[in-house]
Amino acid sequence: MIAHALTFAFSAISLALLMNLWSVVRGPSILDRVLAIDTMVINVIALIILYGISEQTPVYFEAALIFAMFGFVSTVAYAKFVLRGDIIE
Amino acid sequence: MSILAEVIVSALIIIGAVFLLVGSWGMIRMPELMTRLHAPTKATTLGVGGTLLASIAYFLAAEGVFSIHELLISMFLFLSAPITAHFLAKAYMHSRLKAGELPRPDGKGWSTYDKPAGAESGEAPPRDTL
Repeated sequence: MIAHALTFAFSAISLALLMNLWSVVRGPSILDRVLAIDTMVINVIALIILYGISEQTPVYFEAALIFAMFGFVSTVAYAKFVLRGDIIE
Repeated sequence: MSILAEVIVSALIIIGAVFLLVGSWGMIRMPELMTRLHAPTKATTLGVGGTLLASIAYFLAAEGVFSIHELLISMFLFLSAPITAHFLAKAYMHSRLKAGELPRPDGKGWSTYDKPAGAESGEAPPRDTL
């Protein structure tokens, strides 16, 4: 039963990633693209965690944690850059 | 692994995946950025929360260990999602909207449009560089 649920979740998240890619392409402003990439990072985190369940190993949590931190920092840095024209003042 | 544990883990996985899909779909469907912020920052965090709970339940049922990594990831995401949304909304407000175009909460206006402390003496840089 878990295998079927995982198949459904993988296809749903793949579809969500395609939608995020479409949002990145469409825009229209730069902040829409930043938001789309942030959502894409969150989808990838969920994908990595579900892959860890399907492989039955807890190795991938560190990768998911690094993705979470990196996505947060890059989104804040990009928003700060749009806001002020500089990241560290 | 008992059948009850399988049902719980499968339900959590499916709930998480559906919320992730709805969050990404809402971002396509909403008309502009301030409404678009709503869909990913709420639904996607709930989706990742569902998959993390599924992961905790799975490793608790399959191997009998309570893994704490997932709680770390969900804590970090729950803390960082509002900060991200706040930063994006602030950047949008300063790049698109003037102070008078916004609804005024209690007659005082929005503090992000106020002059920064020390602006009278000319120390602070200009607020809006766009």
